[in-house]
Amino acid sequence: MRISVEEVFETVKMTLDHHFDIRTVTLGINLKDCMDRNIDGLIERAQKRIVEKGLRLNKCADTIEQKYGIPITNRRIAVTPASLLLEPLPRKIQTAVRLAKALDNAAAKADIDFLGGFGAMVQKGMTAAEENLIDAIPQAISKTHRLCGFLNLASTVAGINMNAVEKFGHTLKDLAGRTKNGVGCARIAVFANVPEDNPFMAGAHHGIGEPDYSLNIGISGPGVVRDVVLQNPDCDLTELSEVIKRTVFKITRAGELIGREIANLMKIDFGIVDISLASTTSAGDSVAQIIEAMGVKQMGLPGSTAALALLINAVKKGGAMASGNIGGLSGTFIPVSEDAGMSRAVKAGSLNIQKLEALTSVCSVGMDMFAVPGDTPAEVLSAIIADELSIGVINNKTTGVRIIPVPRKKAGQIVHFGGLLGSAPVMKVAKTAAPEFIARRGRIPAPITALRN
Amino acid sequence: MAKKQTPQICIMTVTGVDRVGIIAKLATAMARAHINIVDVNQKIMEDYFVMTMAVDISKAAIDMAKIRKQLDKLAEEMSLTITFQDENIFKVMHRV
Repeated sequence: MRISVEEVFETVKMTLDHHFDIRTVTLGINLKDCMDRNIDGLIERAQKRIVEKGLRLNKCADTIEQKYGIPITNRRIAVTPASLLLEPLPRKIQTAVRLAKALDNAAAKADIDFLGGFGAMVQKGMTAAEENLIDAIPQAISKTHRLCGFLNLASTVAGINMNAVEKFGHTLKDLAGRTKNGVGCARIAVFANVPEDNPFMAGAHHGIGEPDYSLNIGISGPGVVRDVVLQNPDCDLTELSEVIKRTVFKITRAGELIGREIANLMKIDFGIVDISLASTTSAGDSVAQIIEAMGVKQMGLPGSTAALALLINAVKKGGAMASGNIGGLSGTFIPVSEDAGMSRAVKAGSLNIQKLEALTSVCSVGMDMFAVPGDTPAEVLSAIIADELSIGVINNKTTGVRIIPVPRKKAGQIVHFGGLLGSAPVMKVAKTAAPEFIARRGRIPAPITALRN
Repeated sequence: MAKKQTPQICIMTVTGVDRVGIIAKLATAMARAHINIVDVNQKIMEDYFVMTMAVDISKAAIDMAKIRKQLDKLAEEMSLTITFQDENIFKVMHRV
C-alpha cells in the first residue's frame, strides 16, 4: 500500500518543525589487538584504525543522510576501555596522558567531535594500570578536547567500590581546577552497571563483550515527543501513554533503518538502538518540557516523578515493539545544563539536588551535567556519587553521575559551559556530608538480589 | 546512480503558496535528470498547499546529493519548502 499524504507529512513535519533527527551514530572499535609493550606501537596502530574508520563513518553517514533526508546530528567513536590498553605499559601518568592525546588527535583527524573510552571497569577492585589511569584523568582530560572518559565504579553483582569512589572525589576536584569553569568534568561520567554498547557520550565505550566493530544508534530527542503530547491536551494518561508509544515506535524504526544501512555500507555489524530521549540545548528539545506539557506546572514539583515514569515506560514499550535490538542506556537523560527546562526549574527553585536524585530512581539514568560550588569538599562529591550508584546497584539498573564542581562559583550563580553543554545555575549542596563514612573505604557488598543463580 | 532494474522510489513533498508553474518546473527538472514520476498527489492540509510526488530514481543520471541541490535551488526560486527522501523511511515509520 502506497504511503498516504498524511503519513508523508507527519514525517516531514517531524523533521522540519520538531527536531526529528538521528541523535548519534557511534562506531565501536575494538583496539585490544593493538596492545603492545611499546607505547609507540600501540599509538600507531590505534590511530591508524580510528582515523580510517572515523573518516569512513562520516562519509557513510553523509550518504545515508542524503538518501533519507533525516539529519544525523552526531557521529562518534567509542573504543576499548583505555585501562586495558595500558595494562602492558609502564605505570606512569605520562604514559596514560600520551595515549589520551593520541586518541584525541586521531578523533580530530577523522573529524569526530567526541571519542569515548578513556576509562576502566573497577566495580570490584583496581589493577595497578587502572589506578594509574584514574590518577591520569585530570591531566588526560584537561589536555585534550574530544576525549571522553568513564569509570564503572559499581555493579549489582559486585557492589560499590568505595576505594574508587573516595579516590574519584579528589580526581574531580583536581580536574575541575584545571579547566575553565570546571568544564573538563563534563567529559567524564561514573556509573553503576554501565552498558557496554551505549552510544551516548560521555559514557560511551566499546565493551569487552563486543565484536571488532559495532554501530550503535541513538534515536531522536524529546522535541518530537513533546509535540505529540502538546497535540493531545485532553486525553487521559492511559491514552497519552499510547500516543507516546506510537510516536516512539516511529522514530525508533527510523533509527534502526538508518543504523542498519550505515552498518551495511561500512560492512560491519549493526549493534543496538538506544531509545533514550536525549535533551539538547535547542529550543523545545527538552525532557523537562515534556513533563510540563503533560500537565506538571514545573519540572521538579510533585507529580514530576510519576510523569517521568509514565513517559519512559511508554518510550520503552514503543521502542521495544519497533526494534529487536534495543540496548545501551535506553532510559531518559535529564541533564541540568543541556536541558533548558531542567535549568529553568533549578533557577525557579522547583528542582533541587534531592529531587534530581529521586527522579533517577524511576527511570532516568543518572544525575547528569549539574554544577555545584567549587569549594564543595571531595568527600561530598564522593557521597553524592555513592548515593546515586547505590540506586543503580539495588534496583539493578544503570545510574551515572556527571557533576561539575565549578571553581570560584557559589550556589545560585549561573555558569555557561558553552556549545552543546549549555548553561546551568550552580546547585546548593551540603558543605559537609559523610566524611567518616567515605574515609572508611572498602566495598559496599553486592545486594541479595545479586544472588540469582 | 548505478542503472538497476528494480525501482528505487523516492517521495518528494512540496509545500508553500500556490502559483502558476510549480508542477511544470518540478516535472522538467525530473525529466532532465532521467527520473520517472510514478505518482502525484495534491491537497490543502491545515493552511498549507501540499503536494507529494513519488518518483523512481533507479535510472537517474545524477545522485541523491545533486538531485537535492537542484531541488533546493528550485525551492528558493519559488519560495517553497521541498523535501526529497527515500520511500523506505516512510514505510518503516508508518507500516508495522
